[in-house]
Amino acid sequence: MEVKQYDSREYDVIVVGAGHAGCEAALAAARMGQKTLLLTINLDMVAFMPCNPSVGGPAKGIVVREVDALGGQMAKNIDATYIQMRMLNTGKGPAVRALRAQADKADYHAVMKDTLENEPQLTLRQGLVDDIIVEDGVCKGVITATGARYYAKSVVLTAGTSSRGKIIIGELTYSSGPNNSLPSIKLSESLEANGFKLRRFKTGTPPRVDGNTIDYDQTEEQPGDKKPNHFSFETPDTAYLKDQLSCWMTYTNETTHKIIRDNLSRAPMFSGIIEGVGPRYCPSIEDKVVRFADKPRHQLFLEPEGRHTEEYYVGDFSTSMPEEIQLKMLHSVAGLQHAELMRPGYAIEYDIIEPWQLTHSLETKVVANLFTAGQMNGTSGYEEAAGQGLIAGINAGLRAQGKPAFTLGRNEAYIGVMIDDLVTKGTNEPYRLLTSRAEYRLILRHDNADLRLTAKGHELGLINEDRYQKYLVKKSEIERELARLQQVRIKPTPEVQDFLAEHHVAPLKDGVLASEFLKRPEVKYEDVVKFIGASSAEADRYVKEQVEIQIKYQGYIKKEEQSVERLKRLEAKKIPQKIDYNAINGLATEAQQKLTKIQPETIAQASRISGVNPADVAILSVYIEQGRIAKIS
Amino acid sequence: MPIVTEYDTIAAISTPPGEGAISIVRLSGDQAVKIAEHVFKGTNLLKVPSHTIHYGHIVDPETKRELDEVMVSVMRAPKTFTREDVVEINCHGGIVPTNKILQLLLAVGARMAEPGEFTKRAFLNGRIDLTQAESVMDLIRAKTDRSMQVALNQLDGNLQHLIHNLRHDISEVLVQVEVNIDYPEYDEDEITSKLMREKAVEVQARIDALLSTAQQGKILREGLATAIVGRPNVGKSSLLNYLLHEDKAIVTDVAGTTRDVLEEYVNVQGVPLKLVDTAGIHDTEDKVEKIGVARSRQALAAADLIILVLDASEPLTAEDQALIKDTQDQKRLVILNKTDLPARIDQSELAALGVKEDPILTSIKDQSGLAAIEQQIKDLFFGGIENRQQDILVSNNRQIGLLQQAKASLTDVISGLDAQMPIDLVQIDMTACWEKLGEITGENAPDELITQLFSQFCLGK
Repeated sequence: MEVKQYDSREYDVIVVGAGHAGCEAALAAARMGQKTLLLTINLDMVAFMPCNPSVGGPAKGIVVREVDALGGQMAKNIDATYIQMRMLNTGKGPAVRALRAQADKADYHAVMKDTLENEPQLTLRQGLVDDIIVEDGVCKGVITATGARYYAKSVVLTAGTSSRGKIIIGELTYSSGPNNSLPSIKLSESLEANGFKLRRFKTGTPPRVDGNTIDYDQTEEQPGDKKPNHFSFETPDTAYLKDQLSCWMTYTNETTHKIIRDNLSRAPMFSGIIEGVGPRYCPSIEDKVVRFADKPRHQLFLEPEGRHTEEYYVGDFSTSMPEEIQLKMLHSVAGLQHAELMRPGYAIEYDIIEPWQLTHSLETKVVANLFTAGQMNGTSGYEEAAGQGLIAGINAGLRAQGKPAFTLGRNEAYIGVMIDDLVTKGTNEPYRLLTSRAEYRLILRHDNADLRLTAKGHELGLINEDRYQKYLVKKSEIERELARLQQVRIKPTPEVQDFLAEHHVAPLKDGVLASEFLKRPEVKYEDVVKFIGASSAEADRYVKEQVEIQIKYQGYIKKEEQSVERLKRLEAKKIPQKIDYNAINGLATEAQQKLTKIQPETIAQASRISGVNPADVAILSVYIEQGRIAKIS
Repeated sequence: MPIVTEYDTIAAISTPPGEGAISIVRLSGDQAVKIAEHVFKGTNLLKVPSHTIHYGHIVDPETKRELDEVMVSVMRAPKTFTREDVVEINCHGGIVPTNKILQLLLAVGARMAEPGEFTKRAFLNGRIDLTQAESVMDLIRAKTDRSMQVALNQLDGNLQHLIHNLRHDISEVLVQVEVNIDYPEYDEDEITSKLMREKAVEVQARIDALLSTAQQGKILREGLATAIVGRPNVGKSSLLNYLLHEDKAIVTDVAGTTRDVLEEYVNVQGVPLKLVDTAGIHDTEDKVEKIGVARSRQALAAADLIILVLDASEPLTAEDQALIKDTQDQKRLVILNKTDLPARIDQSELAALGVKEDPILTSIKDQSGLAAIEQQIKDLFFGGIENRQQDILVSNNRQIGLLQQAKASLTDVISGLDAQMPIDLVQIDMTACWEKLGEITGENAPDELITQLFSQFCLGK
């Protein structure tokens, strides 16, 4: 029997999906004063972590900080629910340091759900969206499976792996969203009917085992840090968790690999069952064994899923082998010989919308007032999803108010790098952020995310006045201390010479500026302060950190700033919308096709499209500069 | 990822190659004045008013050596040809000194201009009227694509191979560093400062070796010095013109009309020739001609290849015999020209004079036998002469400039490591070096490193 539809309420913004993208999108829109509806297939899966129970890591951890600086929730949510915190890459430079936390999976969900429920302008509701309402190329709302028609000024879709999701375990395949949840079938059809180009991606997750049956003696412990660190710039060191849970490391071995090789014919990756494209950086264990045949072992990380569960995530052991084989594989691993399987690993295939159909604001070019974010755009990872969700939510909120879009450049945030990559190049596999994707990673550090973005968050209404004032104070303290160090001289006093002798370096001949002294590799900010005294107000550790980084790495920072200047000049050359590229004489055919497809917003973006060469860019700039542009009517 | 280089400061020699009284090296772009000032000793160019000219010297900032006495014009945007800051260095003519100045500018930050790039900029910056739009765009299209193609085609296979290997070695380090950063918990080997420094030093030595061949590599850089000799009016200038495909030398039927040594550059079957057309070498009382003759003899002695032209329609003269003797120890082509007229020289006469080469019979007037000349030049070059200089691979200013920049980046890598900078920062300069080398071979591709990362390492959660 057909479900009878009814008109439900009207909102400013509707967000479909309450994963890591959807939560950020809905909170951002609501906090910008927009009446917001957040629909999810299952309320018990809000901010659910279907894969790794962790947040952060290289590049990703920086995104979490950026989300925080823009007034998003992810950092605060993990700070409230982590069971382990580690700073990674401490032996390397400041640009690549990254924080990673193990999350209590259940708590993470619960705290986020609670936050959503208590956000004044936000309504959280269970509902499966089947259709988007589109009139004259403009999205007006959504229709749920239960027949409710919701109208809104703008809509954000964050359907994740639910879109025509299909779980695969060996020979078994069934229609499902993540972790056996209800899949979303009709929404994909609705998108295709509205002209979207979709494609299939694949990802996977490893088995979970019962921690009581792990022999930890055969594994290596990986404890959390003693030294406090948090993701949010608002979480104080005093809140640092003392009682942290450890992760445990073990390895596969030749026996594991033999089991896998002997059963490759039953591996969906190789038997042809899986059609979707999987990520290179997150290969299944069977993929690793095949591709890196000469590697005698692969690392595995056993990660607790929470404080009130014994379930352990077997990291780096993603597999879609039949359950029978998964058991054999697990039992061949040191420490897991007697491990009880709690959930088998699986592969999941799902629809994504090809991300070149989006603009930098994450609005679709196909349907106006419709935004998409997260895994649906071809990315992978909670942090990538959150970053996009925040931007999509902000822009949906701005659109609802008739305000211009908000975007971030490649020089402003990893979020900007990610979105530009997606909309300019598209992606042929689930996209993960890597530090190597950023051209200016020394500028895009995790420690300066607040300095980069807090003012923007404040302007958007997502950072409250109190926090904004604190940011201004920190900023001015840094500037004052930098100025002081560039004025005060360190003289060759006996203390200074003793210090240098201790570090086996030549003594000073003359006085030097404190800033120059700090540039010496053996000198730390604290040492400088010993010789010149502390500033009037004792600087907090974040101010000290900034002063030290900005002085010590000044040469490299300047180099990157110079390239940023060049980028900005090209970014300033805007390309008008709806150019008829076929009418531009002299453009190579490939360039015409690519430009028509991507519709770059600036000359800089055009130059990043593969297949568009410098001559094409030159010709395009001429057309724009001369204002002689044929437009598609 | 290289951004469009539209705003780089570019440099090029703006006067035609050859022995003019002066040559002009031109810079355009917002760093033009700064770059010029860097190599200029005289008035501070940064402070001079626009559209003024200044006397001084070009000095290599590293060696402090004076290269040339020059006049430098400073013209600031927007009232210039390109509407950017433009500096023109008027130096003494001659390809060698002019080239040196250009190379110096490239070494300190300018980029070698692509053919037609000054005009292109003038156009892009709106100086040229839109009415010319269509044709100029065709030009941009053709020139940019072609010049890239030409640059790449000219690339010696060996050089390409060497650069490719250099890049490969660098990228292994780069990728390893990236793996260490993005996957800190993996048991992949950690690149240490020591390893990175060793690699930088090693690569720098290899770039140095390439650059030093460039310094000595007169042949490939400046062309195979080729002297066309013969007594007056045997057809030397006609041959030169044929090779040049345009009438630059004065050719008449009156003996002695080519009085100066002309130099022209020409590509014969892939062999770069610097053609030295000599005034006829003969005894003369004419004062002007005497100078020309003396210079010709000099040019002759210095030549890598002699093209001896004899007039087949006249018996061998004493002068011919002297030339045959003078050039017998050099690589040489012997040409019997004017075969359209009745032959008056027997080839056995030549053999008797010790000519071991098979003479090439030509009638330049009738365009016959010319292909044979080109073929022989090619055979000679690829079959023998190049052995003398087999290590010389770097042949043009673009490549030299890029190699110097790559080298400078490595110097930054080493000094960064010595200052105990973290590897991921030093990586910035290592990557810059890798990109510069990629520009030489045109093999920079977006996401190249990321692709390598995933093919080389087993990664991922």
